Amino acid sequence: MSQAEAAMTATVPPRWQEAVPGAILSADANGIVVAPEKLVEFCTYLRDQEGYDYLSNVTGVDYLYYPGRDASNRFEVVYHLYSVKKGSGPLVLKARAPAENPELPSVTSVWPGAELQEDEIWDLYGIRFRGHPFLRRILLWEGFHGHPMRKDYKEAFYEEEGKPFSSRWPEGHHVWAEDRVPWHDNVNYPDDFDPETWKEPVTFQAPPDEPSQDGNGHLRTSRIVVNMGPHHPSTHGVFRMVVTLEGETVVSLKPVMGYLHRNHEKIGERNTYIMNIPYTDRLDYLSPMSNALGYVLAVEKLMGIKPPERAEYIRVIMAELTRIANHFWSIGFLLNDLGAYYTPALYAIRERELILDLFEEASGARMLCNYMRFGGVARDLPPGWLEKCSDLAFKRLPRAIDELEHYLTHNEIVLARCKGVGYLSGEDMIRYSVSGPMLRASGIPYDIRKVEPYSIYDRFEFEVPQFDGCDVYDRYRVRVFEIRQSIKIVQQALKQIPEGEIQAGKKAYQVRVPPGEVYFRIEAPKGELGYYIVSDGKPNPYRYRVRAPSFINLTALEPMSIGYKVADTIIILGAIDIVLGETDR
Amino acid sequence: MFGLGVIKGFGVTLKHFIETYIDDVKKIPSRYGERRGVIEQGPEDRGLFTIQYPEERRALPERFRYIPMLLRDDETGEDRCTACGICAKVCPPQCIWIVRDKDENGRPITRPAEFYIDASICMSCGFCAEFCPFDAIKMNHDYELAAYERYPKLVYDKEELTVPVSYYARLYPTQYAEEEKARADKKKAK
Repeated sequence: MSQAEAAMTATVPPRWQEAVPGAILSADANGIVVAPEKLVEFCTYLRDQEGYDYLSNVTGVDYLYYPGRDASNRFEVVYHLYSVKKGSGPLVLKARAPAENPELPSVTSVWPGAELQEDEIWDLYGIRFRGHPFLRRILLWEGFHGHPMRKDYKEAFYEEEGKPFSSRWPEGHHVWAEDRVPWHDNVNYPDDFDPETWKEPVTFQAPPDEPSQDGNGHLRTSRIVVNMGPHHPSTHGVFRMVVTLEGETVVSLKPVMGYLHRNHEKIGERNTYIMNIPYTDRLDYLSPMSNALGYVLAVEKLMGIKPPERAEYIRVIMAELTRIANHFWSIGFLLNDLGAYYTPALYAIRERELILDLFEEASGARMLCNYMRFGGVARDLPPGWLEKCSDLAFKRLPRAIDELEHYLTHNEIVLARCKGVGYLSGEDMIRYSVSGPMLRASGIPYDIRKVEPYSIYDRFEFEVPQFDGCDVYDRYRVRVFEIRQSIKIVQQALKQIPEGEIQAGKKAYQVRVPPGEVYFRIEAPKGELGYYIVSDGKPNPYRYRVRAPSFINLTALEPMSIGYKVADTIIILGAIDIVLGETDR
Repeated sequence: MFGLGVIKGFGVTLKHFIETYIDDVKKIPSRYGERRGVIEQGPEDRGLFTIQYPEERRALPERFRYIPMLLRDDETGEDRCTACGICAKVCPPQCIWIVRDKDENGRPITRPAEFYIDASICMSCGFCAEFCPFDAIKMNHDYELAAYERYPKLVYDKEELTVPVSYYARLYPTQYAEEEKARADKKKAK
């Protein structure tokens, strides 16, 4: 038996090969390469027979410049599968596409949660998906020329392949980027581009003026399309919902996003590893500590280092404080969406304010903390910090959450507006790859801190909420419950935190990351936050992908909203708890 | 009773309304008296947190960071910076530009001839201050930098960035003491 075959049998049970003959081309520790024409069949088998019901992450990689890779088959789409029922995973599938006109079958028929993610791959890599229900550019606009995540794409103001740029030192005479490249060769046009005659492609066609399907007697009604957003106070940022209405009832809804898109992942590939830490703060800017935690844990796994005990505790305290702050914020703004204009929101934000004060004292910034480092944290806690944190965790926050429940949980208006609104069953939630509080409010107690404990979460006692309402009200209750559990974790961590070092080894401004790839996910406040990193051993990551929970949770927005009134879509969106910095990346 | 939940909510609002006044009365010295200016908020405050900027400001913690500053020794008048370029290499948005000085033979010497920070793209991450081996670059607390023009107001050159070490010692008392102690220990070891 050859070495490749041995590796294959180690990762793939023989029954898989028998189930779908010819599907598996090769396999190693990094994943199973699947033949494109058998992909859907094999995925269906994995979902139905092997229990891999949850498609966590789908992303593309362009292996054009990767050492030792065949550039003619440069595109690869990676699927990370988990089993919510059995708690196992990840199972990594890979499908390769040719350099010319890359096309792969869509897996949306197996896991509908792939919809937005495949849109994103088409947008950024130019890989088409056969059988996708609505393939469109999701982050960029329809007339955009080129696919920016391809390795040979050069963005405007392009300087060099990777930072640090050589023009900065030792001959760093300041030049404005705008002066250097006003219309230089890194601005791409299609060959036949003529600004006089060019028209922007139309993405959304208004539906024909057809009579109402219900048949409203003698009334002549018709469907109308309403654009909610992008500038709308209820959309939590610049986000647009194209809603088709029949009367006030939602018939269809398409999320449109990308107004805040800055191609975080491309920037991440230009950056060195350490430069990405402050950039992750700008993803979900309401929970910066969790974002950075996920990223450093992913790189640490690739590097094979572990932070010292004290740093682990500091990280957990920070991550849980972030969760408390985030949930306070999201509950407050859910009430705003309900029309309780700003009073409950300000009561909730007030508690967050005190948490941000703590962040500022430890890290120097309230929101863009930049506090995590590979193998530790940036600096030790300042004197008196733990006492202040104890004050909050043991006295103030438990009282605050009691008060919040006192005036909200049994409020008749909240009950009338939230109960039974935005129903989506737990099974559907899994199909749509929804994660986080939304999943737990649909009766599925799936929490990554429990399923595959990272950092030191296995040392703490806490419960995973499970509510069966599947509606907005239970999403609110899950968040209240999670705040209580996070307070409990912070209390335990404050009691146990040891003295000692906060950094493993010497702190360096350039880290060595061995070649390889890793997918690491954490339970961020908004759901499953995953980082997929491919390293080729150079100072810059070869591929840096963020599996953003607020982006992927939006896949379920349409099925949750159909059949409800247009006013309900606002709170359904509010209960997903999106942050556009992370959705658009 | 139907409606009780709503009434409870009004009760909470009323409580916060009154508590805000009680907080104000209890604060010594009063924020409306002589010391109007610096506000410290904490977990013991019951009412709402409002700071009337710009008449009032929050007290900044020592580690607060905004835009970098360069340190110059008070006594000798020499820059601490040696133009090693680590800050420029670690800067995530690449906003630091350094020209290394040369002696008359054209050989590079450890002194910056020019030093620019483009404050319009600086992301205030603090990496430059964190990784500087000579404690030459630190984060300033001055956050009121608004200007009408991006150029040239927001590209700071060496003169605009340089502050005396005593200014740094005033902003960062604990950190300065720690660094001076480490420096003294190092000298002793030699």
